[in-house]
Amino acid sequence: MEPLSWSGALGPFLNPLMLAAVVVFVAGFLANTVMTLAGLRAGEMVVNPDHTLSLRRTPVDYALMSMKYAVLLVLACCLVYVVAGVVIAAPETTGIIGAMAARLTPVWIALVALFAVSITFKRKLGLYGKLFDSMIGMIGFGLVMFWIFTALFAGMVATHGPIDVISQMRNELPGSPLPSPEDGQYAWYLLGGDNLGRDVFSRMVYGSFEVLKIAPLATLFAFMVGITLGLPAGYYGGRLDTVITFIANLVLAFPVILLFYLLVTPEIVAAGVPNYLSLVLFIFPLLFLVVLFNSRYRTQPPVRNVIVSVVLVLGGLAYLSLISDKSDPDLPLLFRLWPEALDLFDIPGNLLIVFVSVVFVNSPTVFRIVRGIVLDIKTRDYVAAGQTRGEGPWYIMLWEILPNARGPLIVDFCLRIGYTTILLGTLGFFGLGVSPESPDWGSTINEGRRLLTIYPHPALPPALALMSLVLGLNLLADGLREESLRD
Amino acid sequence: MAFFILRRVGVMVLTALCLTFVVFFLTNLYPNLEKLAKTQGNARMTDTEVASWIDRNGYGGPMILRYGEWLGVMPGWVREDPVNGEWRGRCLERGQTPEDAPRYCGLLQGDLGFSTVSDDEVSNIIGGRLALTGVLMFWAFAVMVPSALLVGVLAGMREGSRLDRSLSTLAIGSTATPEYVSGVIFIVLLASSQAGLSPLLVEWGWLDGGTLFLGSARSAMDGPNFWNFTLPVMTIALYGMGYIARMTRASMAEVMTAQYIRTARLKGVSFRNIVLKHALRNALIAPFTVIMLQFPWLLTGVVIVETLFNYNGFGWTLVQAASNNDIELLLACSIVAVFVVLVTQLISDIGYVFLNPRIRIS
Repeated sequence: MEPLSWSGALGPFLNPLMLAAVVVFVAGFLANTVMTLAGLRAGEMVVNPDHTLSLRRTPVDYALMSMKYAVLLVLACCLVYVVAGVVIAAPETTGIIGAMAARLTPVWIALVALFAVSITFKRKLGLYGKLFDSMIGMIGFGLVMFWIFTALFAGMVATHGPIDVISQMRNELPGSPLPSPEDGQYAWYLLGGDNLGRDVFSRMVYGSFEVLKIAPLATLFAFMVGITLGLPAGYYGGRLDTVITFIANLVLAFPVILLFYLLVTPEIVAAGVPNYLSLVLFIFPLLFLVVLFNSRYRTQPPVRNVIVSVVLVLGGLAYLSLISDKSDPDLPLLFRLWPEALDLFDIPGNLLIVFVSVVFVNSPTVFRIVRGIVLDIKTRDYVAAGQTRGEGPWYIMLWEILPNARGPLIVDFCLRIGYTTILLGTLGFFGLGVSPESPDWGSTINEGRRLLTIYPHPALPPALALMSLVLGLNLLADGLREESLRD
Repeated sequence: MAFFILRRVGVMVLTALCLTFVVFFLTNLYPNLEKLAKTQGNARMTDTEVASWIDRNGYGGPMILRYGEWLGVMPGWVREDPVNGEWRGRCLERGQTPEDAPRYCGLLQGDLGFSTVSDDEVSNIIGGRLALTGVLMFWAFAVMVPSALLVGVLAGMREGSRLDRSLSTLAIGSTATPEYVSGVIFIVLLASSQAGLSPLLVEWGWLDGGTLFLGSARSAMDGPNFWNFTLPVMTIALYGMGYIARMTRASMAEVMTAQYIRTARLKGVSFRNIVLKHALRNALIAPFTVIMLQFPWLLTGVVIVETLFNYNGFGWTLVQAASNNDIELLLACSIVAVFVVLVTQLISDIGYVFLNPRIRIS
C-alpha cells in the first residue's frame, strides 16, 4: 500500500490557496506596520452636518481588511479539510489530515452540540453563558473541550492501542501503511511510529486521557487544601496565620524540580514519604466538606447529624481506601491496617506519588491567594453584619466570604489546571511520571527527544497537544476574568 | 528600615535552616543510605553488613546530630578502626589522626563534602557548573527582560487596542509553552537536518550543509556562540517572557488611567512624552518584583533546558546527583537553589520598598 500524503487529493487545490492567504497576511501585516510607523491611522467615524455617519477608509483599513480575510480564508480551508475528511472517510483520498479529522468525528459532533446548546441558552447560564460573549473565552473553551472530548472518546478516536507494538513500524514516517494489516485493524500509522513501533497518534489521544485524569482532580485537591487553610489564616490572623504562612513560604521557596526529584526517587518512595504526605493532604478535603455542612446546618441538629454523618462515612471510607493498600507489602504498617474488604480501590503507587507531589506543590499558592482575598473581604459590611447576627466564624468564612471570592478563584482554577498540566509534563519529561509505558504527553516527549533531530515526528504531536491544552486553559481563564469583571 | 531588613534576614536564615534540614532528612533516609552502602561497598551485602557499613562511615547516629556535623556546628565524627588502628572521620584526610585535623568541617567552614559518584570535592564540581549556568542565565535574562518590558509597555499603553490584544495573546501563548515544548519545537524547526527550515534553506542554497542552529549546547560549554547557544537561551527566555510581559502590561495599563496622566494629557503633552516621561518609570516598579521572583522559576527552566540541550551546568548536575543518589552533591545543589530563591526574595522585598516611595516602613 502507498503511504498517505498529508493533504491527499484536496491538497493541490487547497494548499496553494492557504499559501496565498499566508502571503497576503504577511504583506498586510508589513504594510500595516510600515504605515502605522509612518503616522497613518485607521479611519474614524465622522459625523456629517446632516447627522449621518460616514466612515472614511484609509490604506491602513485596507491592510487590516486583507489580513482579516486572509485569516478567514485559512480557517475556511481548514474547515474544508475537516469536513471533507469526515464526509469522504477514505484515508487514501483525504490524506493524513482528513483521516485524523474522520477519526475525531465523535469529538466534532460533541463540540458542535455543546456550542449550539450553550449559545442558544447563554442568557440563562450565568457566568458560563457569558463566556460565549467573548471571542477569546470561546476559543479557549473550544480548545479545552476538544481535549476533554478526545479524552472521553479516546477508545473510538484512537486507531491502535496505546502500547500495541508493531516492530516493523519503528520510527516510520507519518502516513506509513502497516506491513500486513489484519482484518479490522486500521491500515496506517497516521502520525508515524515511535522508537518502539507504537502509533504516535493513538498514544497522543490516550495521553489526553492520562493528563485530564490527573490534572483537574489534583488541582481540585490543591484548592481544597488551600481553602481550608487560607480561610482561617486570613480570617483569624495572628499566630495561626504566621505559622501557616511560614510553612507555605517554606514550600514555595523550595525549587519545584528539586522537590519532585526528592519525592519521586525510589529510595524516598520506599521510605513511605509520599504516603505520609497523602495521609496529611487528603484529610483536608474531608475536613472541608464536614465543616462546610456542619456550619450550614448547625441550627438544625437533626438535619445536620444526618448530613454530617453521611459525609463522614462516605468521605472517611474514600479517604481510608485512598491512603491504604493492604496488598502492598512494602508500605509502612500504618498504611496496611485498614481491612481489605473495606478498601474500595487501590491507587497504583506511582500515580499516588505523582498526584501527591502535584497537590503539595500547588496548595501553598492557592493558600496565599485565598488568604489575600479573605483579608480583603473580611472588612466588608456584610461580614460585619453576619458577625452582629451571631453567625459562627466558619459559617461566615465558608458561606459568606467564600461565595464572594468565587470569581478570582474560578479564574485561578483554570490557570492552575494548565500549570498542573505543565508540571505533570515536567515530571514525565524527567522520566519520573506515572509509569514508563504510560502514553502521557510528558513521557512521550521524553522518549521522543533522544532522536529528535533525525525523527522529529514522535515528540512533536504530544508537545503541540500539551501546548494547545494549556493555551486553551489560559485563554479560558482570560475570557472568564474579562466577563466576571464586567458585572 | 534597618530593623525591617534585619527581620527579613532573620526569617530568611530560619527558612534556609528548615529547608536544608528537610533536604538533609530526605536524602539521608535509610533506603538512600542502604543504596549508597551497596554501591560503595558490595552489591550483595546482607542487612547486618549494610548496617555496619553505615555505622563505620559516619552515617549512623541521630539525624539531627549529623545535620549539625554537616552544617559545621557539631564536631565531625571520628572513629578508630578496630582492625588496623587507622583513624577515620568526617574531617580526616587519609592517614591523619584526630589531633592534626580540624574539629569542625561543614557548610560554615566551607567544606561541602565529597561527591561519591564523581570522586571529587563537591566544591570543585559545583563552582565550574555554576559558572556555566551563570552564562546561560545571563543571556536568558538579557533576552527576556528587555523584550518582555517592551511588549508589556507597548500593550499596556493603549489598553484594549488592536496592538494590545495581539501582544497579549502572544504573551498568553508564551506562558502556555513550557520549556520542554518550546525546546522540542525549536529543535525540530531550526536544528533538524530532516525537518523544519534547515533542509529548505540548504535546498535553496542559502545554507551550505548542516543546520541553521545546533540542537545540542555541548560545544557551548567551551565557547558559546550564536550558532550553538541561541536555542537554549531562547527556550528559557520564551517561557518567562510572557509572564513578565503580562505583569508589565497590567501595571502600565493601571498607570495610564491615573489622574496625573490625564492631567498631562489635558495640558497638551504629546502621547510619546506621556508614555516615556510620565508613565514608564511608575509602571516599571511592579515588574521589578516579578522579574526578581522569576529566578526560582528559571531554575526549573534551567534544569529542563540543560537536560534537553546536554549543557553540563548546575541543573544538569542536580539531575545527575538526584538520579545517582550522590547525597553530598545533591545537598550542595539544594543549598545553592534555596540560597538563590531566598536572596532574590529578599532583594525583591527591599528593592520594592526602595523603588516605591509610597511604601514607608515605620
